[in-house]
Amino acid sequence: MSFDVPDELRYLESHEWTTDGDVVRVGITDFAQDELGDVVFVELPAEGDEVVAGDAFGVIESIKAVSDLYAPVSGEVVGVNEELFDRPELVNDDPYGDGWMLEVAFEEASGDLLDPDAYADQIA
Amino acid sequence: MSERSPPLHGVHEAHGAKFTDFGGWAMPVTFDSIREEHAAVRDHVGRFDVSHMGEIEVAGPDATTLMDRLTTNDVSALSPGDSQYAAITTDEGVMLDDTVVYRLPDGTPAGEAAATIDGMAGADLDAPDGDPAYLFVPNAGHDEETYERWVAHRDEWDLDATIENTTDGWAMLAVQGPEAEAVVTEAVDAGAVADLSRFEATVADVAGVPSWVARTGYTGEDGFEVLSPTSDIEAVWAAFEGVQPCGLGARDTLRTEMGFLLSGQDFDPEGEPRTPYEAGIGFVVKLDTEFVGRDALAAQQEAGVEERFIGVRLLERGVPRGGYAVTDGDLTRVGHLTSGTMSPTLDEPIGLGYLHVDHAEDGAEVAVVVRGDEKRAEVVEPPFLAR
Repeated sequence: MSFDVPDELRYLESHEWTTDGDVVRVGITDFAQDELGDVVFVELPAEGDEVVAGDAFGVIESIKAVSDLYAPVSGEVVGVNEELFDRPELVNDDPYGDGWMLEVAFEEASGDLLDPDAYADQIA
Repeated sequence: MSERSPPLHGVHEAHGAKFTDFGGWAMPVTFDSIREEHAAVRDHVGRFDVSHMGEIEVAGPDATTLMDRLTTNDVSALSPGDSQYAAITTDEGVMLDDTVVYRLPDGTPAGEAAATIDGMAGADLDAPDGDPAYLFVPNAGHDEETYERWVAHRDEWDLDATIENTTDGWAMLAVQGPEAEAVVTEAVDAGAVADLSRFEATVADVAGVPSWVARTGYTGEDGFEVLSPTSDIEAVWAAFEGVQPCGLGARDTLRTEMGFLLSGQDFDPEGEPRTPYEAGIGFVVKLDTEFVGRDALAAQQEAGVEERFIGVRLLERGVPRGGYAVTDGDLTRVGHLTSGTMSPTLDEPIGLGYLHVDHAEDGAEVAVVVRGDEKRAEVVEPPFLAR
């Protein structure tokens, strides 16, 4: 089975991705959504909350498992994908698109971010 | 690390199954997705490899007495081809395991059931003469301790019965769902399964393999469980080609919707010691029979239970899980959950667990503590689905 690992993103070993820029988007990877199986619940911070690179920022639950979500960057949350509260399955259907989770005003990246090749090796 | 693999492990791997350790067995947890597999069973039909279930065969002049004294139900009520659900309890009435007991054709030697049923497809199971014989099914990982328990009590009571742990010799499939009868009938080439009633079993050849086919299951749907020799199970599994393969993930959501107990989770002699009355299966306790735990259970039936097994439905966003506390909604603990998930059929968060009887009435308002927050919930007398 091969999983989508877009070139333009950076990754955490714990399977979160981030875009690049002043405001970054954060979500979980194709591999992670497949491992979790049917996602049924997402708990996310509110706009205005701070997230800290490497710390848990929320919880994702599939039918069979509960997992923490870890922040790839530090900064203030400026956008939350509230669509996921009603349609958590978007994380399965489109993990890099409609399944995004947070928009964060970028302050600092985790020192542990992986480039796409390194992340692809990790999940190989 | 799992010590034991089901005989179909390679077949499942080739199909792309994900595996999990369950009771020491490496078992498929999903083939496609829990949602798809669950829906297939509720709406059509699904097939499960449940070869992690144990098999123990007991035969001899005192086989009925031994089975009766070590299980809570009335084994003497079974004729060949009947089966019953039962609990296995300690002297204190605490459940060690739950099981299904099948009565085999009389005269079947313990450990020889697979060879004995060869050629018996469609035969009258009441016809053979000889000593009574049973096959019962302990849960995954319980077969060795159960075997030892049976041997120790047989010896202590000086009963004439032979006991064999045949878990490695049997593989077991479950074919479940409203279309199960049609699918199993199609796969059977000798013997008749369509006229079996619930909890009846017979000998049938499935894809040419002599098998013990029972109208039993763990999903709440109509369905069959098929015991076949491990050496021939690939042919039996292949006979159901085209039927959605289902893993333990869907098996768990299906049984949770029905409020069926999971041994080792909803009750466990160490972590969750419970009697059959607390666990909501008092119907398998026959106090007019003699069995280990009878006196303790008679006393509890007289006195009543303090907590009992119920369902809860969350009324807020969240997912109930085993281990979560249940409160009265005002920070006073009234029980806890042992299982929970998002119900795929209802698309509602549901849980199972034990509540103090004062809070266990159908419709009672309670709260489930999810990561420190009380989430409003209501008590539901299982099953969650009308079946």
